[in-house]
Amino acid sequence: MRLSLGPISYFWPREQVLDFYRQAAASAADIVYLGEIVCSKRRQLGPEDYLDVGEALRAAGKEVVLSSLTLLEAASELGALKRLCANERFTVEANDVSAIQLLSAAGQAFVSGPSVNIYNQRSLRLLAAKGLRRWVLPVELGLATLRDLQAERPEGVETEVFACGRLPLAWSARCYTARSFNLPKDNCQFKCIEFPDGRLLQTQEGEDFLVLNGIQTQSALTHEAIALLPEFQAMGVDVLRISPQSAHTFRIVELFDAARRGGDLAALRTELLTLLPLGACNGYLHGLPGMDHGAPQAA
Amino acid sequence: MELVCPAGNLPSLKAAIDNGADAVYAGFRDDTNARHFAGLNFSDRSLEQAVRYAQERGRKLYIAINTYPQPSGFERWKNAVDNAAGLRVDALILADMGVLDYACERWPDLRLHLSVQASVTNAEGIRFYHENFGIRRVVLPRVLSIQQVAHVAQESPVPVEVFGFGSLCVMVEGRCLLSSYATGRSPNTYGACSPASHVRWEESKDGTDTRLNGVLIDHYGPGEKAGYPTLCKGRFRVGEHTFYALEEPTSLNTLAILPRLREIGVAAIKVEGRQRSPAYVAQVTRVMRAAIDHCLRDGDRYQPDGQWMRELDSVSEGSQTTLGAYHRPWQ
Repeated sequence: MRLSLGPISYFWPREQVLDFYRQAAASAADIVYLGEIVCSKRRQLGPEDYLDVGEALRAAGKEVVLSSLTLLEAASELGALKRLCANERFTVEANDVSAIQLLSAAGQAFVSGPSVNIYNQRSLRLLAAKGLRRWVLPVELGLATLRDLQAERPEGVETEVFACGRLPLAWSARCYTARSFNLPKDNCQFKCIEFPDGRLLQTQEGEDFLVLNGIQTQSALTHEAIALLPEFQAMGVDVLRISPQSAHTFRIVELFDAARRGGDLAALRTELLTLLPLGACNGYLHGLPGMDHGAPQAA
Repeated sequence: MELVCPAGNLPSLKAAIDNGADAVYAGFRDDTNARHFAGLNFSDRSLEQAVRYAQERGRKLYIAINTYPQPSGFERWKNAVDNAAGLRVDALILADMGVLDYACERWPDLRLHLSVQASVTNAEGIRFYHENFGIRRVVLPRVLSIQQVAHVAQESPVPVEVFGFGSLCVMVEGRCLLSSYATGRSPNTYGACSPASHVRWEESKDGTDTRLNGVLIDHYGPGEKAGYPTLCKGRFRVGEHTFYALEEPTSLNTLAILPRLREIGVAAIKVEGRQRSPAYVAQVTRVMRAAIDHCLRDGDRYQPDGQWMRELDSVSEGSQTTLGAYHRPWQ
């Protein structure tokens, strides 16, 4: 079982990003996904910077994957995607079907991210023939479907599961962070940089419900599946993904590393729950509403 | 510019056709389509009548099979494809790659449209579905500005269909999981958003609370008209403020930009609302028919009629309409 660090979904200052990846190089993560997946206006790092970071991580022994923008609207974004897919140094994680089209046309093997809708075996088989070498289970799918898909997984395709992080739930033309300041997207004043873990949205009763992250909406609760590690192993899942948060990410990587080495899952999970900004959920994996927290697994 | 109208049952289909729809779209009575609501949609037999009614009048019938099957349900989606194909409908509106692959292999002559639920917003994405499954039209998500629609239409290998009127999804369709996060059921997996089975209305002396699986979506004061708790259209607290943090209850209305849509060369204008009544379908179809006819006839001199706007406002969510993402400042 390998561990991956998903792409940073928030807008962090350049130094914070570079520091994060210096720590990543020294961490137990095996795979690191790099790149801006939410908003093309976020340019603390440019494409060349990510290539440099990627080389440094590769030198530290990491597998490096460049993640593509998820929702493409402007022609300029498609242009940037074409340049990303034409890079010959790193594999690309396709977060939109347009990236799959570009990569398969170029004969490049690729990874599909959680927002590519692979819900059944026929989709998986079709994409495998197009060059898919690893796929991330869409986050709303549960263990039962994962088990069915693993049973028919095509040769040469690895499976990755989103195992810790706020859930990417929706993408829009509208920037909700800007809207929360009464600003339009075209004059957003880069407000996202003030919210290193997104901006909290609560119900009128004060329940922590969602997080606004620019044009992306996330769960306020952090999805976690550390105690399910033995089940993932039994199903032949290859990679567990940890989605970066502004604090404690590398402690979380250590906890998952200990878990895969046979550590006490109950104890590891107890500590993990103290490291999440606003509490945990994992209902999706149990076929429940995503915001639910399934019964603690016997460990 | 074809006018494509919704039908949740036979009376709505007749209302659409009698009021000038060029094509009607409908779905089966299960989770194979994105309007899987109790009491809605067509059995195989009622669909047979629908096909006859449309074809006798020279109109088209499209069947939406636009949710995402998981392995345990895949056979049901195949059956839906086979049933629709067997009834000789004019096109299927599909979203899932696996279902598209099955449909184009099993029914190579059947016309396929790419559903908005496929979430494709650019020409390279469209090319993927065109090259692999031979789609002949794409329905664009409601996230593009009008300039972006123009660009995609120009680059696209197939004609584009856009939404012209109806309830507004503010998130890109096919990749919105808000509903399953709260209820376990999403458009992708179950064919419903904010499903009625999970809605609760709680009256008290302070007014009305509307909840979705227990989550407070909105609170209305005494005398304030309470709306359906669609997740993205509630009032929430962000920072110091309580407001419609994602979107207000509002409907999309494109009457003001019809000439631009015509100039762009969109192939079809779609009306949302298979869950709405036959009266709604009749009224909206009649207005859209008149507007499109005027637009085609008058060209640049076209102006949306005040009466049309009032009629559409009266059947809109929150009795108000917007140009949505077509209009850049909305974003």
